[in-house]
Amino acid sequence: MFLTTLTDLSRLQFALTAMFHWIFVPLTIGLGFIIAIMETYYVRSGKDFWKRTAKFWMKVFAVNFAIGIATGIILEFQFGTNWSNYAWFVGDIFGAPLAIEGIVAFFMESTFFAIMFFGWDKVSKNTHLTSTWLVAIGSALSAYWILVANAWMQYPAGMEFNPDTARNEMVDFWAVATSPVAVNKFFHTILNAFVLGAVVVVGISSWYLKKKREEEFSRKSIKIAAIFGLVSIVLLIYTGDGSAYQVAQKQPMKLAAMEGLYDGQNGTPLVAIGMLNNKKFKALRDNDSLGFELEKPYLFQISVPKALSFLGYRDINAFVPGINDLIKGGYKYKDSTGNYAIAQSLEEKIISGRIAINALASYNKAIKAGDDEGASTSKKDLRDNFHNFGYGYLKESKDIVPNVPLVFYSFRIMVILGGYFLLFFIVTLWLEQKEKIGRCKWYQIIAIISIPLVYICSQAGWIVAEAGRQPWTIQDLLPVQASVSGVSSSAVLTTIILFFILFSVLLAAELSILFKVIHKGPASN
Amino acid sequence: MIYFLQHYWWTIVSLLGALLVALMFVQGGQSLLLGTARNKEEKMLLVNALGHKWELTFTTLVTFGGAVFASFPLYYSTSFGGAYWLWIVILFLFVIQAVSYEYRSKKGNILGYRTYEIFLFLNGMFGSMLIGVAVGTFFTGGSFVMDKMSITETFKPTISYWTNSWHGLEAIAVPFNLLMGIVVFLAARTLGLLYVIMQIDSETLKVKCKSQVKVTGVAFVILFVILLAALFTRTGYSVNPESGFIAPVQYKYFHNMVDTVWPGIMLLTGTVLVLWGLGTNNFSSGKNSFYITAGGIVLAVWSILLCAAFNNTAYFVSNYDIQESLTLYNSSSSLFTLKVMAYVSLLIPAVVVYIAYVWRALTRKQISSEDLNSQDSHKY
Repeated sequence: MFLTTLTDLSRLQFALTAMFHWIFVPLTIGLGFIIAIMETYYVRSGKDFWKRTAKFWMKVFAVNFAIGIATGIILEFQFGTNWSNYAWFVGDIFGAPLAIEGIVAFFMESTFFAIMFFGWDKVSKNTHLTSTWLVAIGSALSAYWILVANAWMQYPAGMEFNPDTARNEMVDFWAVATSPVAVNKFFHTILNAFVLGAVVVVGISSWYLKKKREEEFSRKSIKIAAIFGLVSIVLLIYTGDGSAYQVAQKQPMKLAAMEGLYDGQNGTPLVAIGMLNNKKFKALRDNDSLGFELEKPYLFQISVPKALSFLGYRDINAFVPGINDLIKGGYKYKDSTGNYAIAQSLEEKIISGRIAINALASYNKAIKAGDDEGASTSKKDLRDNFHNFGYGYLKESKDIVPNVPLVFYSFRIMVILGGYFLLFFIVTLWLEQKEKIGRCKWYQIIAIISIPLVYICSQAGWIVAEAGRQPWTIQDLLPVQASVSGVSSSAVLTTIILFFILFSVLLAAELSILFKVIHKGPASN
Repeated sequence: MIYFLQHYWWTIVSLLGALLVALMFVQGGQSLLLGTARNKEEKMLLVNALGHKWELTFTTLVTFGGAVFASFPLYYSTSFGGAYWLWIVILFLFVIQAVSYEYRSKKGNILGYRTYEIFLFLNGMFGSMLIGVAVGTFFTGGSFVMDKMSITETFKPTISYWTNSWHGLEAIAVPFNLLMGIVVFLAARTLGLLYVIMQIDSETLKVKCKSQVKVTGVAFVILFVILLAALFTRTGYSVNPESGFIAPVQYKYFHNMVDTVWPGIMLLTGTVLVLWGLGTNNFSSGKNSFYITAGGIVLAVWSILLCAAFNNTAYFVSNYDIQESLTLYNSSSSLFTLKVMAYVSLLIPAVVVYIAYVWRALTRKQISSEDLNSQDSHKY
């Protein structure tokens, strides 16, 4: 049964915490920059209006900031409490970005937060402004190092496996810190936060316009946020394209799940809108090979010809492997050296992974017995097969396939809403330019509804990235079931329930406070 | 080189741990919310004075966790994954703290200000105490089995297990750990009281805190001396750096203190500073008592933590099989990572400088009710 194993429960706990964390963090990051821009206006113009505006958004920021910090520490500790095998297997690489985040970014963010909120009458205007910018920059830097760590899990680079310590060790810091996946992931995520912050500012300001309150405040807030949001969404879409390209190269199974693509072909179309035939996925999960063979992948779909090949490989005729191809192997692909190779089947990868795991055990025995020759042979076997190390823990084809419907629909929700927000910001700026925004009721309602939509979009993106990479904690090297701690399922279930209750209460309190702050409005400053 | 870096990183981690204990004056101050601060105004002053600093303590805790993960990942894996419940309870206590400052006095906070004050009190009392218990396990060990090669067992590849179902909660029942927990709490509370005296412009609170320091401070010093006596008479475990063989040694921590000299000097200096700090509070104006006492606590805790692992000592002993205990040599990151992190650590002085600047800017003036009601204040 689903959610009875330690692995499933540990995943659920991490997902719950991460998704909850990700409700608050993007608003903190996005709003931080918008506030810094508003305070810059204040310092440059000397107008109290801008101070009042910045201070109102700071109130919204503060309520979010606290809960974001509270959930962040749980995530950090969970790598040890719930994923202790993982913590050793890659701690040599993964721990460094977390420590750097603390030293370089988090201290900056939390130290200058104190000036930002309590220092208005204690430091000069310029020092205060600098502090506000440093909080925003600190939050972005913090995100960078966390995403370096996350990107490394999806695209391990700059490391070597050390059989003496039975773990991966860093050999190239810059390969880890500046990997193309990390850089793209950072921009994609931070721009998502900018868009979210901008939509929230536009949405709340529109609520005031609808209530015929705070017109100047609302219109100027909308103008700043919409420009900020429009620039961000354009760049976000660009980095989204980069992200899809990287996924195609590094995580082809994730791409196949995003597209519900079971059988690959040259010149693969991109499913713009579609509905999956869930029976096919169910047959795969149930090991029903006949049913899997007979069922069609989609109930209906509208596709853009050759677009997936182009997006994934920059070649309209490129072969994009589907789930079946990735299980059966045998197709041609370009390896990391740029040469063409024939893909291994899952069965071959499992055998290769087991050779690697057994070679590690043999190596250890040989070292203990003082058998240098045996150690050398085992080491070679391990090195030759290490790229498949994680497959050695898997058993059957369903083990390497993520939840296709979840990833497929999340991806579409993210993309469709991404397109919607591009349009939303264009319309917002047009209405503002024409000075119609204060009277346009339908727009104001849409802007308010856009607030929950941007959160759905943001969470959907997270689901694509994280659920799509299953079963791997570290791509190809360590699956989730080999990463968990040696605690009981009941212990994890208990903490899930406790976290869920705590998070629900905190979220309710946060929203209730936020609604009161908004209801009161900037006039209360 | 790796020998040096392993010791260097233990020094840094220990310093962060010592700073964390001193910065838990915030937790100590929170423990005054029920009992000492009686009326609404006193509570508001207390929460706001501490509220300007709580994030610094919180960030130090997060950085301490990150630094341990980066430099000694096997400890992170074994202790956090094994002593599951101990760490989860600590986490809960810190999560409820993080929201309580911002939410306590806000309209619409659902739970009412009293609940958030209880959250802050629980964090102040038990958060600091349980951190102390966790530190105590550096000397008393844990009930774990650890074998890195278990990763090759494809059906059950977990490399470390806790051998009892209490998963770390049993550490609270170990007298030494409990004593360590109480001493950490008393240190936090003593500093919390001194901080209130230094930072809050309220005569009634000052009078109450001054009289409480006499009791709490003395209790802290007496129990700290008992803790040292218990530590120095304990059996520790020595590791042979060549073979990795671990063997019990009587009075190991006393030997560590004497053999490595400078932790001993730090401990003595720290103790003198604590006595001086408490003395100036009682017998003179006490203007700098907080800083002197905090400095003393940092030095004393730092030296004790150094003692836990220096001089070839197993710092996290497996009570199941001492040969599986963690030492600086078998639990650290690789030479490359330790080197990279050593370069990163060069940034720490810059961080300290800006923290000092912000600290000074915000503590230059005592906090009064008038300040909190001013137009520009962000009130908790």
